Amino acid sequence: MQASVLKQVDVLVIGAGHAALCAAITARRHGASVLVLECAPRELRGGNSRHTRNIRCAHKAATDYVTGPYTGEEYWDDLLKVTAGRTNEALARMVIERSGGVIDWMMRQGVRFQPALSGTLGLSRTNAFFFGGGKTMMNALFHRAETLGVDILYDAQVTALEIAGGRCTGVSVSVEGEMHLISAPAIVVAAGGFEANIDWLKEGWGEAAENFLIRGTPYNTGGLLRILLDHGARPVGDADQCHAVPIDARSPKFDGGIATRVDCVTYSIMVNARAQRFYDEGEDIWPKRYAIWGRLVARQPGQIAYAIIDAKSQGLFMPTLYPAIEADSIRELAAKLELDADALEATVDAFNAAVQPGDFDAARLDGCHTRGIDPPKTNWARRLDTPPYCGYPLRPGITFTYLGVEVDERARVLFGAQKAPAGNVFAAGEIMAGNILGQGYVGGFGLLVGNVFGRIAGEEAARHAHA
Amino acid sequence: MPTPEALNSETLKEAERLMTICNACRYCESFCAVFPAMERRTVFAGGDLNFLANLCHGCQGCHTACQYAPPHEFAVNVPRTFAALRAQSYAGNAWPDVLGRLFKWNGLAVSLAMALALAAVLLLTFGLQDPSIIFGTHAGEGAFYRVIPYAAMVWPFGLVFAFALFAMIMGGARYWRATTPEFHGKLSARAVLAGVRDVLTLKNLGGGGGGCNYPGEHFSTARRIYHHFTFYGFLLCFAATSAATLYHHMFGWVAPYEFTSLPVLLGTAGGIGLLIGPAGLLWLKVRADPAPQLRELLGMDVAFLVLLFAVAFTGLALLAVRETPAMGLTLIVHLGFVLALFATLPYGKMVHGVYRFLALVQDAGERYSGSRTQ
Repeated sequence: MQASVLKQVDVLVIGAGHAALCAAITARRHGASVLVLECAPRELRGGNSRHTRNIRCAHKAATDYVTGPYTGEEYWDDLLKVTAGRTNEALARMVIERSGGVIDWMMRQGVRFQPALSGTLGLSRTNAFFFGGGKTMMNALFHRAETLGVDILYDAQVTALEIAGGRCTGVSVSVEGEMHLISAPAIVVAAGGFEANIDWLKEGWGEAAENFLIRGTPYNTGGLLRILLDHGARPVGDADQCHAVPIDARSPKFDGGIATRVDCVTYSIMVNARAQRFYDEGEDIWPKRYAIWGRLVARQPGQIAYAIIDAKSQGLFMPTLYPAIEADSIRELAAKLELDADALEATVDAFNAAVQPGDFDAARLDGCHTRGIDPPKTNWARRLDTPPYCGYPLRPGITFTYLGVEVDERARVLFGAQKAPAGNVFAAGEIMAGNILGQGYVGGFGLLVGNVFGRIAGEEAARHAHA
Repeated sequence: MPTPEALNSETLKEAERLMTICNACRYCESFCAVFPAMERRTVFAGGDLNFLANLCHGCQGCHTACQYAPPHEFAVNVPRTFAALRAQSYAGNAWPDVLGRLFKWNGLAVSLAMALALAAVLLLTFGLQDPSIIFGTHAGEGAFYRVIPYAAMVWPFGLVFAFALFAMIMGGARYWRATTPEFHGKLSARAVLAGVRDVLTLKNLGGGGGGCNYPGEHFSTARRIYHHFTFYGFLLCFAATSAATLYHHMFGWVAPYEFTSLPVLLGTAGGIGLLIGPAGLLWLKVRADPAPQLRELLGMDVAFLVLLFAVAFTGLALLAVRETPAMGLTLIVHLGFVLALFATLPYGKMVHGVYRFLALVQDAGERYSGSRTQ
């Protein structure tokens, strides 16, 4: 199956992540013929949904997959907290309200869930985990879409949209080096963000972006986002920010996914390339601070930092992909990490001298703190005195970008100063998540936005195609 | 204990690399016993990897789920790497040592064994027995033994089977010695029972309810079902033979037995299972995605399935023609295949059952003792 499927269809879906397939399946179920254009090869299909693991939905009580209630109000409060108000309340409340039916819907499409086990960052009450992770979830959706008769074309890169008066009249697709111009009564754009586009990231971060690692698919280069913005779609979300977490500096440039995380920051001292500490490592429990450390590291010289622990902290955190760099003395460790030995020794000595006595407890904010240094460490502060000493080099790992196109509650893309809804262009997923998640992050929310808006976009597109 | 010598250091290194990646990811933890067992460990020595490889049922669920599968640069392929380790452990644990080489070209070895066994039974019978008897029609008590005398049947087959059993026990003991230094738990009756239960139910081919990604990308219970046909078919045939032995020695009833007798009923049911099961497994194997499989093992798998099928087919054929002149020759061919099966039990696919069972027992022992090294 290659270019032969580039025929007239009712609904064209651009992208093949979770939101795109929710749109495709829903449009097909509403009677539309559907073609999905995926720019990745089949083996790497599914965008960043391939790397996901769980989805956050509101629920009144524990189920087989979550351990306790999570009300819509609590959900809204969490969202308000992380976004600091940068959210479209009407859309956000709609998504949360509809979240109640999402797990059932996914299960009807063949997606399976598992009881939360380990390595779940304490999300077992709020988030339902996919059996086998995001790729298995996506395999199920692809299977369902194919069974329903949705055509899926891989290695199909959309290079241009013809949009006039809020209507898309043509889509240029490159397939195996050949250009095709096709059109459809309705199109759904669910093609992700631009986090794999280093040049675009530089617009917000400057040359520092060269040192960023991209945790997800190399295919999210923001081509469709750029096209829509160039056609006058209204931008939304934090334009020069991205979600970043500290990951092992030895990770691949792209696609390292979950395994590259290093969860020892709270037990460590974090130093930069000058062997200086730069932020309170013990500010809060790790999952809550996971996402600020990416940015903190991004602001350090060379966009690199080193988490340094001693033998006492071994085994307190998830096993790492790459081995710790070990040494029997701080000076030796400095040499291995290519840090200035005097500077690192001075930093460690100053830290050790500032540590106050206390009862260390990894499981809670234990109050073990330093006194008289800046920045302080306010929890889990223990002297680094037990060899072997271990260091992990860390760089910012970019998860996703916030900038997207503005949409209305029917997933129609809004154009121009008048916020005119597009005639036949709908958006879902990361490309519009910035409407609701303008900044910050709450785990498993991106997929929920993709699911709700994917299904709205699919239904609206099918209805529009038949009108 | 150091790395078991039988395991290739390159394969071990690759398996260790994969387990390090998997242990930092853990998305697959609900597929089967392998990943929870992995999570009980932070270092992966030879014994750990030998154990994990033999615990792996090759369902391919983790491969289909893997965000790091090729063409990703991590090139994670757990089922194939574990299959390679298993193949090495089969060869390395074989007793006596020298016969471990039979795993190298196992498809060929088992095929040769089939040919040799057939030829042996055929030549011996024709050499020692009058053709008019072989091609005669025999009915009633002792009909089979008029073609091949009872003693000539029982002694060679009994001895070969006893040797096979002993060799497999020796192999199991070697495997156990090689893996238990990394046993993060303890042996108990409860653990053994759990191992038996896991074998009887094939829970680990269940993929948490939906089956495994075999032969293709979609979840399917086909492999589990066909394996059940094979396994229980084998057990029923074994039960039929045991029942016949009791009939013979306790009651003095001499084969062939009535169609409604216990040995014939059990044997017929088992034989049908051994037709459906191996045929189904072969059919799946032909269609299976080659990526997570180890091509080098194809010969071993296919030879074993063909042999089981041949034993069942000729056994049922014998039942059908036992009162015709074709009985003699059918009996000879059937016994040839049975002899080949017995002789190759410790040097073919059958040994997976021994090591898988021991791995399941070890896994249960670790689970019950609640050990977690990290």
